[in-house]
Parts: sequence; structure tokens; C-alpha cells
Amino acid sequence: MLTTPFHERTSAANETGLWSHWAGHLVVTKYQIDEKVEYFALRNAAGVLDTSALFKYRIYGRDAERLLSGVLARDIRKCRPGRAQYTMWCDDRGFLIEDGVVLRTSSDEFLLTSAEPNLAYLESMIGGDQVAVENITDRYGILAVQGPASRTILSTLAPEVEDLRFFALTPAKIGDASVIISRTGYTGDLGYEIWADAADATDVWDAVTAAGAGRGLLPYGSLVMHMARIEAGLLLIDVDYETSRFAWIDEQRATPIELGYGWMFKRLDRDDRAFVGRGAIERELADGSSRFRLVGLDIDWRSYQRAHLDVGLPPIKDHVPVEWALMVYDDARRVVGHASSFLYSPLLQRHIAIARLSPALAAPGTRVRIEVTINNLNYLVDAATRRLPFFNPARKTA
Amino acid sequence: MPKRTSYDAIVIGGGHNGLVNGAYLAKEGLDTLILEKRQLVGGAAITEELHPGFQFTTFSYALSLLRPDIIQDLDLVSHGFMILPMPYSFAPMENGDYLLTGPDRYLNHREIARHSARDAERLEEYEHLQDMVVQAVKPLMDSIPPNLYSKEPEELARMVALGRHLGSLDHAVLHELVRFLTGSAADILDDYFETDILKGLLASSGIIGSNLGPRSQGSGLVLLYHRMGEYDGLFGTWGFHKGGTGGFTQVLAKAAEAFGAEIVTDAPVAEVVTSNGKATGVMLEDGIELDASIVVSALDPRRTFFELVDRRELPTDLVDSVERMKFTGTAAKVNFALDGLPRYPAMGDREDHFRGFINIAPSMDYIEHAFDEGKYGWYSANPYIDATLQSVVDPDMAPPGKHVMSCFVQYAPYHLRESDWDTERDRFADTVQATLERFFPGFGDLVLHREIVTPLDIERTVGLTQGDIFAGAFLAPQMYFFRPAPGWNQYRTPIDGYYQCGSGTHPGGGVVGGPGKLAASQIINDRRAAE
Repeated sequence: MLTTPFHERTSAANETGLWSHWAGHLVVTKYQIDEKVEYFALRNAAGVLDTSALFKYRIYGRDAERLLSGVLARDIRKCRPGRAQYTMWCDDRGFLIEDGVVLRTSSDEFLLTSAEPNLAYLESMIGGDQVAVENITDRYGILAVQGPASRTILSTLAPEVEDLRFFALTPAKIGDASVIISRTGYTGDLGYEIWADAADATDVWDAVTAAGAGRGLLPYGSLVMHMARIEAGLLLIDVDYETSRFAWIDEQRATPIELGYGWMFKRLDRDDRAFVGRGAIERELADGSSRFRLVGLDIDWRSYQRAHLDVGLPPIKDHVPVEWALMVYDDARRVVGHASSFLYSPLLQRHIAIARLSPALAAPGTRVRIEVTINNLNYLVDAATRRLPFFNPARKTA
Repeated sequence: MPKRTSYDAIVIGGGHNGLVNGAYLAKEGLDTLILEKRQLVGGAAITEELHPGFQFTTFSYALSLLRPDIIQDLDLVSHGFMILPMPYSFAPMENGDYLLTGPDRYLNHREIARHSARDAERLEEYEHLQDMVVQAVKPLMDSIPPNLYSKEPEELARMVALGRHLGSLDHAVLHELVRFLTGSAADILDDYFETDILKGLLASSGIIGSNLGPRSQGSGLVLLYHRMGEYDGLFGTWGFHKGGTGGFTQVLAKAAEAFGAEIVTDAPVAEVVTSNGKATGVMLEDGIELDASIVVSALDPRRTFFELVDRRELPTDLVDSVERMKFTGTAAKVNFALDGLPRYPAMGDREDHFRGFINIAPSMDYIEHAFDEGKYGWYSANPYIDATLQSVVDPDMAPPGKHVMSCFVQYAPYHLRESDWDTERDRFADTVQATLERFFPGFGDLVLHREIVTPLDIERTVGLTQGDIFAGAFLAPQMYFFRPAPGWNQYRTPIDGYYQCGSGTHPGGGVVGGPGKLAASQIINDRRAAE
């Protein structure tokens, strides 16, 4: 297995000996024996996450914007230098290939992160444009610094973050290391991500953890990352959607609109780009042909509790995410969709799920029923649809 | 100043039960006013900055027993409810060794086995059986107890339902329940365990807030009660609210206000105004009179029945019961602002053992000896201490690198023989500090500030009679059917429209909220029945 540029530090801080594999890299599953300690460090103070395993691409050259505006479904021309964008790219049938975050470091340079390899795909789209795509995956380590105290902690090292706006980025120095800091993350909270040269990674880790000492900062692992991203209503590939590239059947595929990202195409009539999937997306918008909607589910706590007490068990409140399908039914016990991510949120004090439902049932407040397993039998528990995200503090964008 | 002079309901006392009660009443649509005598709400669940940058939980210091329904019903999370985990218990020993339990079963097993392999295995059996007992009695905790003195069909039905419930229990669970309710902590713990340090740690839950030693009958009940709480579904585990228990009551206040309740502080109530056996409002100490057909006292039973109303209006059996009700202040607190983390030599530079509770009670004998002094009217020379470094759990409690340490101390009897608390307070705190110094060498050098809270302070500041932290001792004749008095255990009083919702009512004592909630449901039911 590969290691990340922070490995020396993450392995020293890992008290559990548990590791996961992420894109061929060893990453810590959880640092603390009780993962709720690092979870609440993240939610109450600050947490750091090593996200270096992501694929990273540098797209640069005179026509870099032209390439990306043809590949990415969201209009990259609206992303000015010094800004970042959450984006998606589709196949020509409008099905999602992947989502990721793109940083625009200058008028002709972009940095793109993705969960899967995309070098050949991006290069195949270049045509005659003056642009190059470079795989810089191993060149940088990325350290996410997230949580309510992240600004206070990070601004002692890089005062630039004090005024850094949501989805903005800035070059900065942390100690002797030149870094890029973006106000982005995967937690739904105030937070930043630091791109550091691989050689500087451990110095950056040391500086950040020293600045966070006494302020409750702890590293968090992939388990807590998954908990936080569900609360934040953020998508995870292979869990909430499958890439169109490797799907066998269309039922496995999803469009951005079906996944709740129709807002990316609000101004499509004033957007003259030709981009991959545009025709299909226009048709879906015009015909209302979406097959489902991704929504949040609030599980009714009384119903959940009663289902347990009825069989003589105390209600189980397990914060470890269930990231496989749980069927969702209507009152007539017809299957109307499925939940792809489910957990008990210690922060929200209730069970929540991200689910695909028939568009007709997607309106917030619609009552549905979700299947849960109690004493090795399936029970249907009441739930209500809601908008994502579940957790959305004002400080995230303030 | 209240905005109006007339309300549907007035709640006297802005402690956590008063706030819960007011929030439920407001949620039901009643025009509700909550009156608090102090400048801040929270009662015995407050957080105060007594030293610049240091937040002190003056009285109550952790959460577990809070009824989970309340979190949901009152939508507390949207107002900032957040419980931080405290997964460790650290029990120092006289010989410099220790017992540290935490979130991992097998590490706990290995750690306890250092002291006794037998105890290590038995602990899980003990805890499982205890959890079965807890699960069996939880329905009793979350419902209005039957009125033993009533012949109404509804009450008889309640009795039958209770009998059926108890009859349906697993026999081993039922027997264990009786042992807890009637026996001593030592009776139970001696059955299971042989190690002093483990028994000292477990027995501590049997004496908290009570004028009991581990060998006193009745300490089993207190032991069971402290297992009745939960944190995210795990029984008997405790957590720390963001910003302390005061942070919690601030959340409750916001929730109450969001439902439309009005909260007025600095508004001590002189008396409940009655007319023809009915409550018609309250008179504030400054002479302002406010009208309401529902008046709820969140104060303790003595104040509810003897101070807010004229005892001559009450039946003699109730007056006698409340007169004889035991209020036993035995607990005190000493809270410290520290310049750094205390050091326990055997732990080196580790910090994980501070992420929870530090239990100074190396054996049951240690506690029993401490109780001996308390029994005869003096504070313990070697006190039992339940300490928490809250700034380790929530860094916002103290400036970076500094800490606050809450220390709950027993025994500190309300009635001191041949002296008084105003005279003894500093000497008492010195005793506590010396005990900590013994286990954490150099502790005294870290102390930047200390807050001393004697039972007399608890009574004076919060209004809990004799500083009894449970608003009426946890004794079998003062629980369930009998809390606060037989026949008056359903939140009503002999005065029509006058209700009680303090910790002196079922299932009160501790930051439970159940009394406030159940009283509200009684009030709402009575109102609907009258319509």
C-alpha cells in the first residue's frame, strides 16, 4: 500500500492501529479508541483530516478554461481566479461520471481533485486546445482543517484565512512552507483545506497541531469523515451514486438533477457552452424525466424506539454509517426508493438517512417508512423527507 | 419585568425542571411565564465565569439522566444541545497504582484483570444484569406514578398496569431489582467483586448526594438510580454539555422562548395567590401581582408547600409528610481554575485518563470511613471526590493550556457539630486540596483560583433545602408513589390550579427533566378534562 505525505504523523497519532485503504493509500480509520472523541473534537472545536489520497490534476495553459467548460457540467467560467467550485462531470447521456472540487489558481491554471483517475479522460477531451493536464497526485499532501475553531487556529499561522470567503482560496506560508489554502471541506462546517508540497507535509501537520494544542484540535479518521459527510448531505461515490463509466445498467446511473444538483443548471438558457451531456440535461429539465430525487430522511424517533421496545430491546443508537441500501416504502408497503447512507447522528441526536425516492414523494415533510433490522427481522419505521443538508451551521459560509 | 399582568400559566423557578415545564406548556399553546429569582436561569445547573476565561459549573457538572424524549420533544438540538463524550473513569490508588476504564471492552478487561481476573469478567455480567433492571424500570421513570390513596378507576387501572408490568419481568431481573431497591451497595458489590479499587469506583454511585455509606441500606437504590441514565443509548454513561450544565439550561431557555414562553429573571416570588382554594396568580417580592389560573412551583417540596402557600390551607397529612421528608445536604463542591493539567506519576504524560471522571475512592472502606465523620456532623478528613477536568472535554471552558476542574465532595453534612459552614469553608477546601495533592503531587502549585460551594451555599443560592442536591433524599419512602408525599405524587396539590414540578417530585433528583415534563402532561390533561 502507498502512504501519504503525512504518514509519519498520522501513524504516530493513530492509537487504534486501524487503517483503511483509500485509492491505494493507507489512511487512518480512527485515531481514538472512542471515535466519538475525535468526532466531537471536529464538531465542537476542530479536526484535521489527511485527504492526500485524492487524485489531483493540474490543468493549465491558454485554453484551460475552455477545456473545463466543455467537460464540467457546472459553468467553470463563473469561477474567477482565487475561487473554487464544487463541480460534476457527465457522460453524453447526462449521467454522472464524477463529482469533485476545482480550484482556480489563476486565469489559466486549475487544480482538480477527484476520487477516481481522470487523466486519460480529461486528455481525451483536449482536441486542438492549448492546454495540458498533469497528474500531481503525489506532489501534494492535502490537510483538511475543519470545525468551528478552524479559523481561529489556522489564522494564527496564516492570517490570510481570517477574511477568506466560502469557496475562496489563497496562497499562504505556513512556517517556511508555501501552501494553498482553500475554504472548502467535506464536513458541512466552517473549514479549510491546505495543499502543501509533499516534502513540507509533516512540517505543516506539526504547525497546525501545535496551533491547535489547548484548543481541542484532534486528527480524525475516515470513519468520522463518513459520519460528518452524511450530516452535511455530501455525496460519496460508490455509495450514493455509481459512476456512469462502470455501470452495467442505467438503473445504476444517476444524473446531477436526480442527485439534487439541478441548481447547477438554473441559468442554462443564458449559458452558451457546449458541454458533455448538455443535450440530455436539457431534455431532463424540459421533460421532467428524472427517475428519482436524492433527499434527506429524518427517522421518527418515537417509531424507531417503539419498534425496539416492542421486542424487548433498548433502541440502538449506532453512529457507524450504514452505507448500503435500506429499502424505503410508502404506507401501502410499496417500495418507493432506498436509503444509501444511514446513521445515528450524535450531533443531531437522531437517525438520519440519504435516500433516493420517486420524485412524487420528494417534497419536504412527506411521510415514508424505512426498513431497519431489529432482532434479525425487518421492521418499517416512520420517516419524513427533508431537504439536505441535515447540518448547516451559519458559520459554514459566514 | 413581565410584559403582561395575566398569563395562562406561571412557573415559579427557572431551574431545569421549571424551564422544561414552561417549554412544554408553551408548546401546548399556553401563555406561559417563567419566573426566576436569580439574575440567570438554570437553578443548580449553571455555568459561571468566576475567574476571567474560566467557566465554572458551580453545582451540577455532568449529564446522563436527562430523559431522551425531552431532547426530541423540545427540539433542543436546534438550540445548541450538544453532549460531549466522557468515556473514561480514572481511579487513583493509595499505593500510586490506578484503575482506568474506558471505551474498549477488552482493554477494560485487561486493565481490571491487573487487579483481579475474576472481577474483570464479572464486571460485564454485573453491568448487563443492571442494564436489564434499568430497562425494566425505565417505563416507571417516564410515566406518572399511580396515586396509592385514590379509588378512581383510572388510578386502579394504573396500579393493575404496574402490577402486570412487574409480573411480566424476568424473575432474575425482578429479584435483582428488589435487591437494588432495598439493599446496600456493598451487599450487591460484595456478591460480585473482590477488588477494593473496583468496588470503590462502583460504590461511589451509591452514595452520591446521599447521607449514606456503601454499607447503608438504601445505597443500592442510589446506585441503581445513577445507572438509569444514558448517552446515545448506552446506559449508565455520562456526558458533558457544551459550555457545562449551564450551557444546557441556556439551551432549554431558548427552546422555551421559541415555543413562546416568557422568562423573567431577578423576579423572586413572595407567594402564590389563592382564592377559595384555587390558585389565581402570584405575588412577586416587589409587590407586583400577576394573574394565572395555573401556577407551577419548580421549587423543592418545603418551599412549594410551606413558603409559597399558607400551610394552614393544606391537609394535615400532607403537611406532616413534607415536614418529615428528609433533606440531607451531604455534598459540597470545590471547583478549581488550574494553570495546567495535574500529573499522576504512574500515568506519565498521558492525558486520556482526564477525558472523563476522576474518582477518589480507593475502596469501599475509604468511603465508609469518610461517611463515619459525616454521620457525626463533620466533614471527611479524607473525602470522596468525583472530579472532572471539563476543559479537557470542552476546550472552551478555559483559556488554551489552562484548565477547570470540578470537584464534587462528600461528606460535608449541612449541620456541622460545634461550628458552621461560614467558619469552616476554607479549612474544608484545604482538606479537599490536600487530598488532591496526595494523589496528584504538585496540584497546589497549579491552583489559580478556587470556588467553594458548601451545602449552606447551595441552600442560600439555589434554594434547595439544607443543600439537598436531589430536593429530597433518595430514600425508598420518598420515591415514586411517595415523592414528595403519598397521595400528592401526581404533580397536583390540594390547591386547585397549583402544581409542583421540581426535583422533589417523581422521577426527580439530578438533571432529569422528567418532573417538569410529567407535570406538564398532568396539567395539560387536567385542562383538557375541564374543558
